[in-house]
Amino acid sequence: MATIGHNNLNAKLVLLGDMGAGKSSLVLRFVKGQFLEFQESTIGAAFFSQTLAVNDATVKFEIWDTAGQERYHSLAPMYYRGAAAAIIVYDITSSDSFTRAKKWVQELQKQGNPNMVMALAGNKADLEDKRKVAAEEARVYAEENGLFFMETSAKTASNVNDVFYEIAKRLPRAQPAQNPAGMVLVDRPAEGTRAASCCS
Amino acid sequence: MDEEYDVIVLGTGLKECILSGLLSVDGLKVLHMDRNDYYGGESTSLNLNQLWKRFRGDDKPPPHLGASRDYNIDMNPKFIMANGNLVRVLIHTDVTKYLSFKAVDGSYVFNKSKVHKVPSNDMEALKSPLMGIFEKRRARKFFIYVQNYIESDPKTHEGMDLTRVTTKELIAKYGLDDNTIDFIGHALALHRDDRYLSEPALDTVKRMKLYAESLARFQGGSPYIYPLYGLGELPQAFARLSAVYGGTYMLNKPECKVEFDDEGKVAGVTSEGETAKCKKVVCDPSYLPGKVRKVGRVARAIAIMSHPIPSTDESHSVQIILPQKQLGRKSDMYLFCCSYTHNVAPKGKFIAFVSTEAETDQPAIELKPGIDLLGPVDEIFFDIYDRFEPVNECSLDNCFISTSYDATTHFESTVDDVLNMYTLITGKVIDLSVDLSAASAAEE
Ligand SMILES: Cc1cc2nc3c(=O)[nH]c(=O)nc-3n(C[C@H](O)[C@H](O)[C@H](O)COP(=O)(O)OP(=O)(O)OC[C@H]3O[C@@H](n4cnc5c(N)ncnc54)[C@H](O)[C@@H]3O)c2cc1C
Ligand SMILES: Nc1nc2c(ncn2[C@@H]2O[C@H](COP(=O)(O)OP(=O)(O)OP(=O)(O)O)[C@@H](O)[C@H]2O)c(=O)[nH]1
Ligand SMILES: [Mg+2]
Repeated sequence: MATIGHNNLNAKLVLLGDMGAGKSSLVLRFVKGQFLEFQESTIGAAFFSQTLAVNDATVKFEIWDTAGQERYHSLAPMYYRGAAAAIIVYDITSSDSFTRAKKWVQELQKQGNPNMVMALAGNKADLEDKRKVAAEEARVYAEENGLFFMETSAKTASNVNDVFYEIAKRLPRAQPAQNPAGMVLVDRPAEGTRAASCCS
Repeated sequence: MDEEYDVIVLGTGLKECILSGLLSVDGLKVLHMDRNDYYGGESTSLNLNQLWKRFRGDDKPPPHLGASRDYNIDMNPKFIMANGNLVRVLIHTDVTKYLSFKAVDGSYVFNKSKVHKVPSNDMEALKSPLMGIFEKRRARKFFIYVQNYIESDPKTHEGMDLTRVTTKELIAKYGLDDNTIDFIGHALALHRDDRYLSEPALDTVKRMKLYAESLARFQGGSPYIYPLYGLGELPQAFARLSAVYGGTYMLNKPECKVEFDDEGKVAGVTSEGETAKCKKVVCDPSYLPGKVRKVGRVARAIAIMSHPIPSTDESHSVQIILPQKQLGRKSDMYLFCCSYTHNVAPKGKFIAFVSTEAETDQPAIELKPGIDLLGPVDEIFFDIYDRFEPVNECSLDNCFISTSYDATTHFESTVDDVLNMYTLITGKVIDLSVDLSAASAAEE
């Protein structure tokens, strides 16, 4: 039942960045429109999905948050595997977090798929008076490395939807055959299972 | 690192990762470390560069094999029974959402010097040369008995108590010949030797039922499924589960020395001069070599090929069982082949494994009957490794050590070991029985 001129895209999106940069807060803002002043360091749910309509297509993002494995450089390759997009997040009030963000970009260039859409998000833009990373510096870095750049605030919601929207626009429409259709095992009754017995 | 944990897990093999996940979900504070800089320990999947580094030292893989990163070569290859315990655990823990599976094309058996498909439907059964026409009729009666058998319903038992009647006695009732028995015991019930014949028939009947139910599940040519990108995805997925529930992960930690107090109980683990305290340690045998003993050896060959295994109907993923009796050996031999269709190799390439419990010191000679079935290979590697099991008393030292992976064994024993360890660690039992009947698959 394909409607003409209408595409449905599934895209895995991963978040990377220093502890406390605001990865989970960005997702929470985007998916639920909420912000928590005292967002706990990520445990529990670290898997979200959200659908966006862009021009002629709908993009269903499967969003993977890091679950803290990046803390001691122990992210599993499965995290990057098959990812169509990544948001690398830093905190504009911390130069360290910007340095770490650059390391993540390098890691992605090594491990990720070459067509991946990458966004650099300078988060906590509402904290202008504590700024340590100049927007211009980040913009230049992003341009040199083929990322697009935005400053965001999960707190005020500034630019949050825009980052995801911009990614959705940039996703290659004809997705490369990166993944031959596999199946996900789910917890629901099998339909039409025939009683079979070998050789019967 | 200088914190106190409920449990420190050492090694990121599949068993350790499942346990780490289950314990974190239970709310325990878990630290999980590995001396390697990759996940999976002995159950990892290697890319081409890693494979060469392990088996060929400083040589580099030849360019015609394609990109290193397109390879995911299992160090502990197995297929997953579609209705088996591992699938129950995956669903019980909801780890399935991180993984994608594909059915395995075919299951074959070596019989009278030839490879035959294990029939997966009535048509195949009718045509199969595995049995003569009269034998097929007799076998059919036996299969119908097995299919109808319900443990809790004595009416289906036909007057036999399968907890007492041996498999041999049960099969004798149907007058099946030795070849058929060999086929049923090794290719359907997946027994590894012939002890089952003198054991109560219930186990064999249950295994046959599982085979049939697994076969029916995804309507494929075999009862097996296998994850895209290789089995190495499994430990990573359980590690993510653990991390999502607060488990802390540290790879590339040298040494990982387990420290004991005066009473010989675990006190903590030291790495790079720092000690993390803990009440319990869970690990694979390599982290506590003084508390394990050698129980066997596995001989195996890993081959990279540019074609499917001949006489398997062009199957791009396949298992062939070579029963011991057909080879004049004490233990069965297993062939496993997977390919680019499961994303474990670049387009056009196949990875085949031949493995068995070693009976000699010469894997190349011992594995020959299996290797002869492969046809020409691009590259082949031989390997022999020891298997260990724990000998410590975990109630005295609080060390919970897993048993080495049996390359010639299936996930059944892997999951059994994990569930036993879980009970020893927590005093609790996981009930997996409820989850499975509801499991099915959604196409991506
Ligand atoms: C390289 C390789 C080596 C292999 N080596 C062996 C081997 O040494 N021995 C071997 O038996 N198989 C072997 N197999 C076959 C296969 O891997 C396992 O039997 C299968 O994966 C078991 O699935 P599971 O662990 O998911 O289910 P399990 O958790 O094993 O199954 C759950 C329950 O079903 C029972 N059961 C298991 N298999 C069957 C069956 N076929 N029919 C009916 N009941 C069953 C078990 O007793 C268990 O109680 C091998 C396969 C490969 C590819
Ligand atoms: N002022 C301000 N605070 C923010 C913003 N985004 C996140 N925070 C706060 O920063 C802290 C860390 O945010 P998280 O979303 O948990 O960061 P994280 O990157 O997910 O951190 P880990 O899960 O520990 O890796 C929380 O206290 C948030 O409330 C923002 O845009 N502005
Ligand atoms: Mg977070």
